[in-house]
Amino acid sequence: MPHMTDERVRAGLTHEEDLSLLHEVSMKTAGVSRLEMCIQCGTCGGSCPAAKDMDHTPRMLFAMLRAGMREEVLRSNTQWICVSCYHCVVRCPQEVHIADVMYTLKGMAIKEKLYEDSTAPDFSQTFVDMVETYGRSFEMGLASRHYLKHFPLRLPGMMPMGLGMITKGRMALMPKKIKQMDQLKKILDHAKQLEMTS
Amino acid sequence: MNKYLLYPGCSMESSAKAYMESMNTILEPLDLHFEEIDDWNCCGATEYLGINLIPAYSLIARNLALATKQMHPANGTGGTRTVVAPCSACYLNLAKADHYMNERPSLGEKVNEALAAGGLHYEAGTLDVRHLIDILVYDVGLEKIREAVVHPLTGLKVVPYMGCMLPRPDYQHRWSDHEHPTELDDLLRALGADVIDYPLTTECCGGHMTQIGPETAFELIRRLVADADERGAQMMVTVCPMCQMNVDAYQNEMNNYFGTDYHIPILFFTQLMGLAFGKEPGELGIGVELVSSRNVLAGIGVEVPVTQEPAAPRKKDEGLPMPRRWTKHEGRKEAVK
Repeated sequence: MPHMTDERVRAGLTHEEDLSLLHEVSMKTAGVSRLEMCIQCGTCGGSCPAAKDMDHTPRMLFAMLRAGMREEVLRSNTQWICVSCYHCVVRCPQEVHIADVMYTLKGMAIKEKLYEDSTAPDFSQTFVDMVETYGRSFEMGLASRHYLKHFPLRLPGMMPMGLGMITKGRMALMPKKIKQMDQLKKILDHAKQLEMTS
Repeated sequence: MNKYLLYPGCSMESSAKAYMESMNTILEPLDLHFEEIDDWNCCGATEYLGINLIPAYSLIARNLALATKQMHPANGTGGTRTVVAPCSACYLNLAKADHYMNERPSLGEKVNEALAAGGLHYEAGTLDVRHLIDILVYDVGLEKIREAVVHPLTGLKVVPYMGCMLPRPDYQHRWSDHEHPTELDDLLRALGADVIDYPLTTECCGGHMTQIGPETAFELIRRLVADADERGAQMMVTVCPMCQMNVDAYQNEMNNYFGTDYHIPILFFTQLMGLAFGKEPGELGIGVELVSSRNVLAGIGVEVPVTQEPAAPRKKDEGLPMPRRWTKHEGRKEAVK
């Protein structure tokens, strides 16, 4: 199979298509992804408020998916820049679950350690850790842990805002824990063993 | 009395406490009764969904399963099967889980297999998940809201900011339009406010990008605030904790980043409802916003008590270079590999 470059994808030169990646992503996406229905119209990228910061527009990314460009797709920053606003979703003429496909790609990139920077995946992981420990999110713990680790130089600049939130009673200093944490843990532990196979 | 099951969501207890407090003040005048779902857990926001599919939907579905236990007529909720979620992200997650478990039965089966490990079960379609403003506009009705108004907000120039996750993707076909819904406009008009047309009403506030790629988020916040300002709005009004947090708490950071000087307060629609219903600003959590609404509200005769102002930032130590503005790529590209 010739190496798929951006140029070859744009030119539609995907004659030796490897649709296994497309199917894998589709299967791992919540609901019926309709990913195979993409007609490359570009409405998604044109509607995206954050497209200018993306390596590839969603349309381009889906073309790469179809071409089986696994590593390039999972290394793209597109899924991490997606703000989950669903603008693309409501405008897509083919009703592709675009935002949910982005979640799937994030999960795959994390599992395969294919991402260029660790900030966004780490933020998600920290959030998940909090939820798995307390059952609730803990904004103060999340923000401070994240900033300390990734943006220590920004902390002084963030002080007025953080202090403002605290003095105005808008930041709980301690996390809240749900009563039946053991039940939630059992559910999540079991859920982690289940994969989507159909 | 109309009874509903309430899923508050984590931010209603911390950063959006003002939303919770003001919501509680309008229930009685509108003859609403909300019963909190016992021992609810976080909906996972947008973060958990990006980590692992079945655990993410199991996390959400635990709340739905708990809610079905409380909807039994015998326990006094009147048999309601409606869950009210005041947070847009929570609303979307709960509604989406119900929708996808139905659309893709194999997902529903797996989620229920996981729930069973905790002795729970949820049958897709059992509950009706709705947002607070949906209940107010379509169940209570604008007429009843108008009747409850004792202090019309005459002369208060506001833009209605719906945010993105509420009217989109709209799996339940709740809203008048995906991109230009009018529910919030109508409600604010019923309160007597001077509602300015706001084409950006469903544009994104940046969501969690304030945490992981601030330069992307700042641009989105800038567009919202600049347009509101250009249209002569004195205030933005929101239905979403995340939107309030981003536009309010990060407005100053955004100003620093672009060298602009916007000061547009953003309040929850329930806070304005409370004011119109004759409640005191103190009961409505007014005053805890970082971009103060004090001067704007003074213009319509509402006096907001002075709350404690945030302490001034610590002075920079000489010789320690602290970047005043964040460089373009600091966030994403130069983070720890």
